[in-house]
Amino acid sequence: MTMLYENIRLALFSLRANKMRSLLTMLGIIIGIASVIAIMTVGDSVTATVTDSMSSLGANNVQLMLEPVSDEEEEGDSMSSMMGISFSQGDDEKEPRDSDLITADMLTQLKETYPEEIKAFSVSESVGKGELQLAGQNANVMVSGTSLGFFMANDINMLEGNYFAEQDMENGSMVALLSEDALDDLFDGDAKKAVGSEVTMAVDDKYYNLVISGVYKAPDENDASNANMMMFMMGNDTTNLYVPLKTAQRINHTSGYNNLTVVINPEKDPEIVKAQIEEFFDNIYRNNHSFHVTATTYASLVSIMQTIMDTITSAIALIGGIALVVGGIGVMNIMLVSITERTREIGTRKALGAPNSSIRMQFIIESIVICIIGGIIGILIGCAGGIALARYVGADVVPSLRSILISLGFSMAIGVFFGYYPANKAAKLNPIDALRYE
Amino acid sequence: MSKTIIQLRDIVKRFYIGTPNELEVLHGISLDVHEGEFISIVGQSGSGKSTLMNIIGALDRPTEGQYMLDDVDVIAAKDAELSRIRNKKIGFVFQTYNLISKTNAIRNVEMPMLYAGVPMRQRNERARELLELVGMSDRMKHLPEELSGGQKQRVAIARAMANEPSIILADEPTGALDSATGRMVMDLFHKLHEEEGKTIVLITHSNELAEETQRIITIRDGAVIGEREGAKS
Repeated sequence: MTMLYENIRLALFSLRANKMRSLLTMLGIIIGIASVIAIMTVGDSVTATVTDSMSSLGANNVQLMLEPVSDEEEEGDSMSSMMGISFSQGDDEKEPRDSDLITADMLTQLKETYPEEIKAFSVSESVGKGELQLAGQNANVMVSGTSLGFFMANDINMLEGNYFAEQDMENGSMVALLSEDALDDLFDGDAKKAVGSEVTMAVDDKYYNLVISGVYKAPDENDASNANMMMFMMGNDTTNLYVPLKTAQRINHTSGYNNLTVVINPEKDPEIVKAQIEEFFDNIYRNNHSFHVTATTYASLVSIMQTIMDTITSAIALIGGIALVVGGIGVMNIMLVSITERTREIGTRKALGAPNSSIRMQFIIESIVICIIGGIIGILIGCAGGIALARYVGADVVPSLRSILISLGFSMAIGVFFGYYPANKAAKLNPIDALRYE
Repeated sequence: MSKTIIQLRDIVKRFYIGTPNELEVLHGISLDVHEGEFISIVGQSGSGKSTLMNIIGALDRPTEGQYMLDDVDVIAAKDAELSRIRNKKIGFVFQTYNLISKTNAIRNVEMPMLYAGVPMRQRNERARELLELVGMSDRMKHLPEELSGGQKQRVAIARAMANEPSIILADEPTGALDSATGRMVMDLFHKLHEEEGKTIVLITHSNELAEETQRIITIRDGAVIGEREGAKS
């Protein structure tokens, strides 16, 4: 114990004696550790945020999606269904005909088959990107038709006005729910004035007149970061505009659904229900060679997301690891220099009775101390960088204790690994030669 | 007759063994040193006295011969045991002091005790006593670079005494000092010899210093050529 203390003290002394050299030696370790920590912090933060937002979408939901049958394999299904909307709208994709779509009848039948398992359907029909215009003002929106269940499933509350009336839903009336952002753009934030007003909506160079039936609240704090994430990804201030499902279908000239969410009984296992639903639709689409229906639970989405993030994180961490190895070689180099400089000291220590093992230990500890100090500096820089980056992306910052511990352990391991060879060389010096060394 | 501390028998040392440059430096040296003796080994440079010192100091092994140091068979000792022998039985004093730099006087004196596993408090106490003995108690916290040559050598002598070794092995201890400081260091050895009863082996090329010791062993060309009592002992 006293030996250990003595060795650490000695190591700190020799670091202090050569400040510039020590700093340069540590630099490789600092850069390596800092980048690993920063990347892991960002990775964990983004994963946590995305996972959080996905689970807030509903752990008890099963997402159904109409997908072209791929010629090659079925493996990519979950991936493409995750990225669903944006991918399936590609130009080469087969457009589903009306007869391919999921119909209300199918849903009724599904509900009758599994009355225990299925609680409700939340349907939304994407119309596309549009622009609202009113008296020279305009606002960018994503237009989607929704069922009433959609608002419940997604926890959307009203700021002013009401959800769509039953009769608007059935008739497919030209009514809409406006976001707060769009309200600011068009009505200067005056919600009372907005409700009941008529605005013009341009979608695909076609114009529609809509009556605003209500203004919905921006998602509350918990979801704010998700909204920010969405904004960040979309790169502008587009918000959602909701119209009744039937209205959207009229605009799109469809009678069925591309995708929908099945809200299942929380007492049932989502994975089992998912399998049941898949089987149900496989039967219906047995003879359809172009399209089929895929079911995805959010649990599986989350795990896919995590897998992707983990892969990215570890790939970048690997690069940091390479920096660490390079840093370790730097440490080894400087240890060799230090040992040459201190040959006489080593000889003297041996003459005074230091066994080879304590000489070896002395230099291994010196190397470990360099690496750990470098590691600690790296961790501080990496945490600061990671937190800053995570904030910039809008993710909740997750301070990753795991990565800090791993990094500390790793820098220690580097110290041992790259310190062993020089230390062993020192330990094996012949005391007579070492004492005479000039 | 007092106990024999060092017993060297027919010590032969060869270098570059098995090569065309093979060189025999010591040709069968025998030597006894008794407890409490103060002896000197004198010889010109190249006489083999450094090689002999390395063997006596357990820093090197002879090619042939026997060496008993304070009843321990040095020849049979493994490397780790040699370290222990150097640590416990031998106190080295070098011409160039060889204090550990950036380490203050008291810690330098503590160093052999550190390797012997002496607890910190005891180490500290003993080091203070020793520094007092050599007259350095007012410089305990000084670094070697802040001390004069004579002061460094006194710290080195205190260090050599740390583990109460069987012998103090001094290799040209005054070689790098001016005559006044050299005198002081020699007086210190006499004091340790007379008051502490230390066994001291002084290696030197100075006949003048050797005359102060009880017994002078003269080496030339790797063999003992003479042994006599010191004139001034």
